[in-house]
Amino acid sequence: MIPYEDLVAAVLKKARSKGATAGDVMIVEGDSFDAQVRLKSIDKLSNAHEKRLGLRLFFGNRSAVCSTSDFSVESLDRLVEDTCYLARCTAEDPHAGLPEPTALVLPDLDLYDDTLHEWKMEDKIDLAVQAESAALGYDARITNSEGAGLSHASRRVVYANTHDVIGSYPVSYVSFSVSPVATVDGSMQRDYWYSAKRKIKELASPESVGRTAAQRTLRRLGARKIATDEVPVIFDPETAAELIGSLSSCVSGYAVYKGASFLAGKLGQPVAASSVTVLDNGLIPSALGSRPFDGEGLPTRKTTVIKKGVLESYLLDSYSARKLGLRSTGNAVRSVGDVPSVSHTNFYLVPGTHSPEEILRSVKRGLYVVETIGFGVNHVTGDYSRGAVGLWIENGELTYPVEEITIAGNLKEIFMDIEMIGNDLELRSSIAAPTIKISKMTVAGH
Amino acid sequence: MAKEITKAEEFFLKKFNLNTIQLEQTIGKALGKQIDYADLYFEYRTNESVSLEEGMVKKAAKSIGQGVGVRAVADEKTGYAYSDEITLKNLELAARTARYITTDHSVGKPVPVRSDVVRPDLYPIQTPVSEIPVQEKIDLLHQIDVLARRYDPRIKKVMASFASEHKAILVVTSEGRIVGDIQPLSRLNVTCIAEENGNRQVGSYGGGGRVAYSFFLENRRFEAYAKEAARQAILNLSAVDAPAGMMDVVLGPGWPGILLHEAIGHGLEGDFNRKRTSAFTDLIGKQVASELCTIVDDGTIPGRRGSLNVDDEGTPTHRTVLIEKGILKGYLQDRLNAKLMGMTPTGNGRRESFMHIPMPRMTNTFMLAGESRPEEIMRSVKNGLYAVSFGGGQVDITSGKFVFSASEAYRIEDGKVTAPVKGATLIGNGPDILKRVTMVGNDLQLDAGVGTCGKDGQSVPVGVGLPTLRINGMTVGGTQG
Repeated sequence: MIPYEDLVAAVLKKARSKGATAGDVMIVEGDSFDAQVRLKSIDKLSNAHEKRLGLRLFFGNRSAVCSTSDFSVESLDRLVEDTCYLARCTAEDPHAGLPEPTALVLPDLDLYDDTLHEWKMEDKIDLAVQAESAALGYDARITNSEGAGLSHASRRVVYANTHDVIGSYPVSYVSFSVSPVATVDGSMQRDYWYSAKRKIKELASPESVGRTAAQRTLRRLGARKIATDEVPVIFDPETAAELIGSLSSCVSGYAVYKGASFLAGKLGQPVAASSVTVLDNGLIPSALGSRPFDGEGLPTRKTTVIKKGVLESYLLDSYSARKLGLRSTGNAVRSVGDVPSVSHTNFYLVPGTHSPEEILRSVKRGLYVVETIGFGVNHVTGDYSRGAVGLWIENGELTYPVEEITIAGNLKEIFMDIEMIGNDLELRSSIAAPTIKISKMTVAGH
Repeated sequence: MAKEITKAEEFFLKKFNLNTIQLEQTIGKALGKQIDYADLYFEYRTNESVSLEEGMVKKAAKSIGQGVGVRAVADEKTGYAYSDEITLKNLELAARTARYITTDHSVGKPVPVRSDVVRPDLYPIQTPVSEIPVQEKIDLLHQIDVLARRYDPRIKKVMASFASEHKAILVVTSEGRIVGDIQPLSRLNVTCIAEENGNRQVGSYGGGGRVAYSFFLENRRFEAYAKEAARQAILNLSAVDAPAGMMDVVLGPGWPGILLHEAIGHGLEGDFNRKRTSAFTDLIGKQVASELCTIVDDGTIPGRRGSLNVDDEGTPTHRTVLIEKGILKGYLQDRLNAKLMGMTPTGNGRRESFMHIPMPRMTNTFMLAGESRPEEIMRSVKNGLYAVSFGGGQVDITSGKFVFSASEAYRIEDGKVTAPVKGATLIGNGPDILKRVTMVGNDLQLDAGVGTCGKDGQSVPVGVGLPTLRINGMTVGGTQG
C-alpha cells in the first residue's frame, strides 16, 4: 500500500468535484538530522520530522499550485479551494497540462539506506570528531576549525495524478564535511572536504576526509596576487564540475524557450570541443542525482546532452518540451509548493584519457583553479567572470598559491577551448567532471 | 506594537489549542541543570506568488507553512528540534530531543513567562498583501509587461513576478519573555531580455519591503521598475567587454552597498569572531577603513526589507555602529555568541524559519553620507570603472576575499562616464578595501528592497545602502587587458 494513497485520492476527487479538469499531488515526508562538532566537542544538534503536500490543478489550460504542511481535513479542503480560486485567475496557456498518461516504472535504484534510523547518536558524533581530529592533527599550521558537520536525511516521495498514476519511492542522503583553518604569519585560510552518499557504508573514511581537508587548506597558505595575463587554465574536478553545472542551467528547457540561454537555438550545432561528451543519467544505482521517476511521474532516463562537441539534447519536462516542440526527457523536478521545473539528474562530463599529472605537465605557465567564488556567470550571454583561488603553474608544476584574482571569458569560447580532459571522473555529487584544461582565459590580478 | 504582540500570541494559542501554562511547562522540560537557556519559536506563514511571462500570468502559487522549533543551550552547545505539527506532544518530544547535547537528565521547573512589548511597530499594515485580490496583482503584472515592451521595440521578453509573505512568529524564552511579531514582506521583480542582430542582453530591477500593496502603486513605482529593467537590457546591447586589471572604481549609490555587506558585514558577525575564524578577529579599536567611512547595521528603519521589530530570538533590533570614522567598533551578535564573548546581543539573531537555528545576521547595512558631490567624485578619476548595479556577491570570511558582479557599469575616462561595459567582476580583500576609499558622496541611498543573504544554507531578507564612493586600485575581472 502506498502511503497516503487514500488521502491523495480524496484530495483529487474533491478537486474534480469543484470543477478541476486534471491535477496532480506530490507529498514529501521525511526525517533529517544535523550535527556540528567543533574542536572535538558538540556545537549544534538538530533533529526534525517534516512533511508537505503540493497540489496542482488544471481548469482546462489554466493552472495553479498550492501547498501545506497541515494534512487535516479542514486544511486540505481549504487547499483545494485556494488552488481552484488561483487557477481560475491565471491565463489560458495552450501548452499547459499533465504529461500523456504513462505507467509509472519503479526500477530499483538502491537509493535508500534502511540502516540509517539505527545509527546511534554517539557513533555519528564520533565520526565527525574523528574527521575533524584527522584535520587538526595533520600539521601544526592547522590552528583552528570551523568544525565538522554530519547530516543525514531520509524522505519518501509520493506522486499521483488524475490519470490514475500513483507511485512512491524512498531516498536517503548522508554526508559529512570538515572545515579546518590554517594560519601562517597571521594570515588565515580555510578550505573544506566532504563525502556525500546515499548510504552510511559508502562514505569515505573520516581520516581520509579530514586529511584531504587539511591538505587543501594548507596549500592555500601564503597566497599571492599575480599580474593580469592570458594563460591556459586547468580546473580541478570540483571547479570543473561547477563549470559543467553552468552548462546544465543553460540546457534547461525553460532557459531555452525563454531565450535566456546562450544555447537557445543551437541544437545540432557544435558548442564545445570535439572531445566533449556530456551525459545526464538518472538511472545510475545509488548515485546522488538518481530517481526512478521525475516530478511529473515520467520515467527518468539517460540523455546525451553533448556528443563529441555537438549539442544533442536539452533537458526537458513536458511543459518546456511542448513549448519547444520536443519530447520530455524526464527531467521535471518539483519542489512541493511549486510548478514543475527542469533540473539535471546525474550530469557529468565523460572522462578523457589524460591523467591529471599529464595535463599539468602540458602547461608551461598557467593557473590551476581550486575554488571559484561569486555569481559572475551570465547564462543569457555566456559571459563568465568569477573570483578564483588557485595554484600557479610553472613548467608543468604547481608552485605558489594565488588569490584575489578573477578568471574571465565567455562560455561559448570556454567550452570550445577545452583542450584536455582528465581520466579522473568521480561522481562525488550530482554534477561531476574530471580535470579539464582550457587553452586560454583572462586572469585578472594587479 | 503592543496590539501586534498580543495578536501573534493569541493567534498561536488559539490556532493550536495551547495555553500559556503549557508553554511554561515545555520550557521547563527543555531546561536542566546543565542547560542554561531554552526557547520555543513558533512560526506560521503564508506565501503567495504570481508571475508573468510571454504576456501571460500562467503561474500562481500559494503555500502555508507552520511549525515550532525548540532550542536548548548549554555553554557553546546548541540542541535543536523542530516539527511542522504544533501539538503539545510534539513540543514535549522536541524539548527532549533538543536536550541530547548533555547527559543531564534532571528536568527543569516551568518558567513563568510574561508578554513583552517592544516598540511602536516598524511595519504597521492595515490590509495584509495576501488579502488583496490576486486579480489586482495579475493586472499590475500585465501593465508592467506593456510598459516594458513600450520602452523599446528591442525588448523581446518580459518576465515579472510579485511575491508576498505574511509571517507570524512567537518566541518564548526561559528568561521569562514571550514576544510575538507579524512580519509582512513583498517584492516586485521585472526582468527584460533585449535582442538586436542576434545579440541578447538581460536587465533586471525590482523592489519592495515590509510594506502595504499600495507601496507599489505610489508614484507609479511599478512603472519605474519596468522602465529600469528595460533600460538596463537596452543599455547592455551596446556594452563592450569589461577591462581586466587594477583600476580606480567609483561605486554608485544604493544597491552597490552590497560591497559593504560582503566585504565587511559578514566578517563582523559574532560567530566567526567568537571562533576566531574571521579576517576581522581581534581588530576592534583598530583602523580597518579610511576615516571617511562610518558604517552601521540598522534593523529599525520603518518598512525596510531588512528591518525587524524583534529578531528571531525576541531581542529588539538596534542601530549598531560597526565602523566609525574608519575604526572598528563592534560586531553583530545573537544571544549565544554575545554571551560567550561577554558582549550584549544586538538584535541580529536571525533564522530562515522554524527549521533553522538562529545565528548572527545583518539587517540593513550601509555607509553614512560623506561630503563630496557625486560629480566631483566622477571628475576626479582619470581612468577607471563606474559600477552602478550589481548581480550578487560572495565572501570567504576567513581569508577576507570577496567578489561581486556588476550588472551595469561604465568606463570612466578623463573624469567622464563613457562606454557601458558588461561582465565586470570586482574582487578585493575585506579588511583592506575600505582603506582605499578616498571620497565619499553626500548622496546616501538605501537599495530598492530586493536583497537576500545566504549563510550556512539559510536565506534571510536584508537591505544595503551606500553613497557614491571612490575606491583607489581595485581588481576588475574582465576579458580586455
